[in-house]
Amino acid sequence: MTKVELSFDYSKYNFRDYVEYEVKFPKGLTEEIVREISRIKDEPSWMEEFRVKAYRIFAEKPMPTWGVDLSSINFDEFCYYARPTSKKGRSWEEVPDYIKRTFEALGIPEAERKFLAGVGAQYESEVVYHNIKKELEKLGVVFLDTDTALKEYPEIFKKYFGTVVPPNDNKFAALNSAVWSGGSFIYVPEGVKVDLPLQAYFRINAQNMGQFERTLIIAEPYSEVHYIEGCTAPIYASNSLHSAVVEIIAKKGAKVRYTTIQNWSVDVYNLVTKRAHAYEAATVEWVDANIGSKATMKYPSVYLLGKYARGEVLSVAFAGRGQHQDTGSKMFHLAPYTSSRITAKSVSKDGGRTSYRGLVHVAKGARGVKSSVRCDALLLDEKSKTDTYPYNEILEDDATVTHEATVGKISDDQLFYLMSRGISETEALNMIVLGFFEPFIKELPMEYAVEMNRLLRLEMTGAVG
Amino acid sequence: MVDVLTIEHLYVEVEGKEILKDINLEVKSNEIHAIMGPNGAGKSSLAQAIMGHPRYKITKGDVKINGESILGLSTDKRAQKGLFISLQYPIGLQGITLFTLVRASLTALKYKPTDPSQKPNLPLPQIRKDLEFYLKKLGLDDSFINRYVNEGFSGGEKKKSEIVQMAMIKPKFAILDETDSGLDIDGIKIVASAIMDISRRETGLILITHYNRLLQFIRPDYVHILMDGRIVETGPAELADLLEQKGYDWFKKGL
Repeated sequence: MTKVELSFDYSKYNFRDYVEYEVKFPKGLTEEIVREISRIKDEPSWMEEFRVKAYRIFAEKPMPTWGVDLSSINFDEFCYYARPTSKKGRSWEEVPDYIKRTFEALGIPEAERKFLAGVGAQYESEVVYHNIKKELEKLGVVFLDTDTALKEYPEIFKKYFGTVVPPNDNKFAALNSAVWSGGSFIYVPEGVKVDLPLQAYFRINAQNMGQFERTLIIAEPYSEVHYIEGCTAPIYASNSLHSAVVEIIAKKGAKVRYTTIQNWSVDVYNLVTKRAHAYEAATVEWVDANIGSKATMKYPSVYLLGKYARGEVLSVAFAGRGQHQDTGSKMFHLAPYTSSRITAKSVSKDGGRTSYRGLVHVAKGARGVKSSVRCDALLLDEKSKTDTYPYNEILEDDATVTHEATVGKISDDQLFYLMSRGISETEALNMIVLGFFEPFIKELPMEYAVEMNRLLRLEMTGAVG
Repeated sequence: MVDVLTIEHLYVEVEGKEILKDINLEVKSNEIHAIMGPNGAGKSSLAQAIMGHPRYKITKGDVKINGESILGLSTDKRAQKGLFISLQYPIGLQGITLFTLVRASLTALKYKPTDPSQKPNLPLPQIRKDLEFYLKKLGLDDSFINRYVNEGFSGGEKKKSEIVQMAMIKPKFAILDETDSGLDIDGIKIVASAIMDISRRETGLILITHYNRLLQFIRPDYVHILMDGRIVETGPAELADLLEQKGYDWFKKGL
């Protein structure tokens, strides 16, 4: 077993840079600010109109009253656009020093050298670095920040953008559509298999910042790609908002895996819409870890649009003091012989709260569907809480849909067994929690598994927040 | 050096009910003791009380290693003093492989860095080799190294895996609770011979058993008969044979 340790520890996430921004908008959101974002980015007029329409939808839609408590969100207190630099580097030398140092502390350039096919790094609103291995570029793989993609691939962009998650989907999708900036654009041509993962890293640095990246992945027939994103921010006493939209189009026989390790600081609202369209025999897998944030609402979903399409979600959540992770998945079986599997695991500690919220929909005419849902929750103390909200809409009678849910506590017998081997109580608890997450961790590339283990250990010892 | 485990006038309660009364026992690290008794006599309770399971409350008496009381110590600290228990019903550990368990155990017992900021310096290749060796000795294949402990193991495999852990830890005293249950006769022979090879009269053995079967392959120096929470008789190995012939009821009447 070779072990590569990324050379940073958790305390290193909690640093902040004192930055002279090239552009930083005043707090609050108006139609004028939305138009200004479009102007500053020199966008085509259709995008400006798209943004404005989305802004109006956002302004009209009421706040959701379900999920996490959103009552302390004040949209006027956030900054919606901040640009540290207008330069986008293709080598780290082109990135301003203080930003480069940030990403070095987070281990990104090192990871890129060792095991990634490409890397994007976003700082506040803009992507500051983007690079992909030359071999993949030659095969026609496109891995760009989303703003650049709009300029360089306008036709593909316009064809797919906003088709999977339309602005009127929900209030936060509308907000993102209005003020989106940055994110990744990935295009994989027919039959091309990208062996190593592509990674994007998102960093919020400023106080009261809103980050609204927009990611679009198009996998042509029989192509394969694995995309990984990580996110961190320093801790402030006031809120930040992260509201992303991710759209995936997986065409016939394509395979897309999207892995997220979300580790925002505990003052970030993380309200994200992630959805995929899977055509005939395509597979889409969401591997989603939510460790950080004050409150998360995220339900990665797959529309299974062609025969034999497959959707999978493997979701883990950890909620410590003051955190609420409201996560789950939605699977829409809209074609025959489609299958889906949702596995959700959560741990709550020190009064933290986790919720599983899921929907399995089997449309009329979608014969031979198979779907299974399994959620396991582990409560580490009496103060912590977990809930399950599973919904099924089954309109075909031959569908096989199963749902299993368990809520567990760590038993005295488990602790006794480990401690009888000389292992301390703290370490025994760590081992049980890591063991509980093991089905998730073993799906991660080795380097991420190591990092994930370390993050969970730190959460367990309460070193965070 | 010979170590001594002493149990003095031990009284134990579970949920307010007294289940062990005035237990006295002295076990040296080069001895083999058997504790026999009918179901419900308190054998497993004695084992778990010695190891410090929170369910068992010691109301009177003491347990000492080399004259020092261990009753104030948590279970992990008792293990660090050289105690080991093989449970009658080893519990499944989801997501924890045998390798992970043994590594954590040896880190705590043998390779604890003196400076806590330092990483333990475990000889991992040697540990893996030893694990393979003992698994083989117990008739288990290498795949057990990476399997989750006791998850999907048969009854016999669980018991064998416990003995593998004992071999890796090499404790001063091992309490083996009903290690023979769930094993067929060939399994018992394999396990008995492994226990003898591993302990080599350097680990004091306390064999808790209902039947005489295991004791035909591991001849104890002493047999203690536990009934209704008390040790009612202590004798040589032949006492177990007599018990086997006559049964607990006959024995009880004779008291």
